[in-house]
Amino acid sequence: MSLDKATVASIAALARLRVPEERLEPMVADLNTILGFVEQLDEVDTAGVEPLASVTGHALPQRDDVVTDGGYPERVTANAPDRVNDFYAVPKVVE
Amino acid sequence: MSALLELDLIAARDALRARKITSTELTAAYLARIEATAGLNAFITVTADKAMAMAAASDARLAKGEGGALEGLPIAIKDLFCTEGVLTTAASRILDGFKPTYESTVTGNLWRAGAVMLGKTNMDEFAMGSSSGTSFYGPAINPWRGAQDAGAPLVPGGSSGGSAAAVAGWSALAATGTDTGGSIRQPASFTGIVGLKPSYGRCSRWGIVAFASSLDQAGPMTRTVRDAAVMLSAMAGHDPKDSTSAAEALPDLEASLEAGVKGLRIGVPAEYRVDGMPSEIEEIWTRGIAWLRDAGAEIVDISLPHTRYALPTYYIVAPAEASSNLARYDGVRYGLRVEGENLSAMYANTRGAGFGAEVQRRVLIGTYVLSAGYYDAYYRKAQRVRALIRRDFDEAFGKVDAILTPTAPSDAFAVGANEDDPVKMYLNDVFTVPASLAGLPGMSVPAGLSARGLPLGLQVLGRMFDEPMVLRVGRAIENAAAFTARPAMLEGV
Repeated sequence: MSLDKATVASIAALARLRVPEERLEPMVADLNTILGFVEQLDEVDTAGVEPLASVTGHALPQRDDVVTDGGYPERVTANAPDRVNDFYAVPKVVE
Repeated sequence: MSALLELDLIAARDALRARKITSTELTAAYLARIEATAGLNAFITVTADKAMAMAAASDARLAKGEGGALEGLPIAIKDLFCTEGVLTTAASRILDGFKPTYESTVTGNLWRAGAVMLGKTNMDEFAMGSSSGTSFYGPAINPWRGAQDAGAPLVPGGSSGGSAAAVAGWSALAATGTDTGGSIRQPASFTGIVGLKPSYGRCSRWGIVAFASSLDQAGPMTRTVRDAAVMLSAMAGHDPKDSTSAAEALPDLEASLEAGVKGLRIGVPAEYRVDGMPSEIEEIWTRGIAWLRDAGAEIVDISLPHTRYALPTYYIVAPAEASSNLARYDGVRYGLRVEGENLSAMYANTRGAGFGAEVQRRVLIGTYVLSAGYYDAYYRKAQRVRALIRRDFDEAFGKVDAILTPTAPSDAFAVGANEDDPVKMYLNDVFTVPASLAGLPGMSVPAGLSARGLPLGLQVLGRMFDEPMVLRVGRAIENAAAFTARPAMLEGV
């Protein structure tokens, strides 16, 4: 299937990505090229094949549910573009 | 200076241990070389002061007869590894100014082994690309130049192109790379060096900027196969901080390096003879097969029937994982922030300004294939085909000990080429992506020169966690190829 401009705009909104109006048209063309390429997979018979999500061959280990790290908020927030005391600061979201 | 730069990792290690040279003079020689080769744009950040301090500390340890496996050896780090207090960008504007307050496990292992950090290398933005041309810091350049169209700059491959250019141009003794679909192996082929992607889980991913978490794997980029074995031994190891990290003990990688290939069964997959493959790629592959046969290996024709579906599978799985991983870049915790009229607008403005074109394409494709209504048709479908690709390898490795293929479908191309159509760039990884999807170890070894006088690599693939076999077969290729060609820029260094 082929994407149109409105669909790409809504995917961009889902992805929280500002795509300027003049960039939308070329983006539609690029994405359709990529989708046209990956749709070759429709040829493959995958009936009864279990999806493979991980190649590790082991189950994910679980550790005890205890605090093992932390206690250094200044290091955690050191790279924040804006912070107040030990908190990340963002534009006001509640009026 | 030349005599110092001539030494490979092993030779430099031995000279340091014998106290014939010091890390301080070796490191100074590399820092001077980085300046002299600045035109390659191989480095995003050079950490000269840190390098000299680490070298001095290494010399002090060596003087006492102490030191780790890589003591005093100056190496470069792909700018995807978080390095404490040192700018880490993933070659993206969105990580503008990011200085991690922690060290990645792999780089921590290297420093503990005594290695000296020269700086952080250029790459494709978020490791998405095959040319190192999508970097926010401008393209990295290959030290090699073609015999024709003299002077035209060529790409070093990607995404670990800065690391490859640094090793090939002698501005680092060795370098780390990461490989998601070929990002260590293809640049190694384009620049005439050795590049090893270990089995998934060998090296911890903790502290490496994530691209596609089920595929990403760190590995060494070096001048020789033995250098790669020694460097991987220092990088690898189980890490509780990465739940996908393998508990399998790493065998002694140097022990069987010289064992040869006599009696081994080497698979040659029919499906890797792809349409439109240049004849010189076919020829170098044929030569590689002959080398191994002459060295006593048995050549076995094998079939990997789903090979042609590996790239389309990859271009669903990798963008899906990337769109999820890159959700963290929102202008709140690190890097770039572009203000907006409200919080949502700030997110969208930041991501729109911070991500380059290829990253945006992949985030959008990934968001689409994971969205309600399309998840089964694209993402689940790709995961099922991935299972078939893995099954192909499992069956093949019932019959053979290792597989030999070309690394890339061409030699290095011109800077700016293959940028008109995203899929054209993706085709570079046609031979490397299948093993990535299966999690298998693979290595590119320089095998010869193209008609244009540019390096071509051969790829050796092995069973899961069988890096010793990959290295052993790679060493046999290296022996037979006797690849001594050098880029013209190294003449008179």
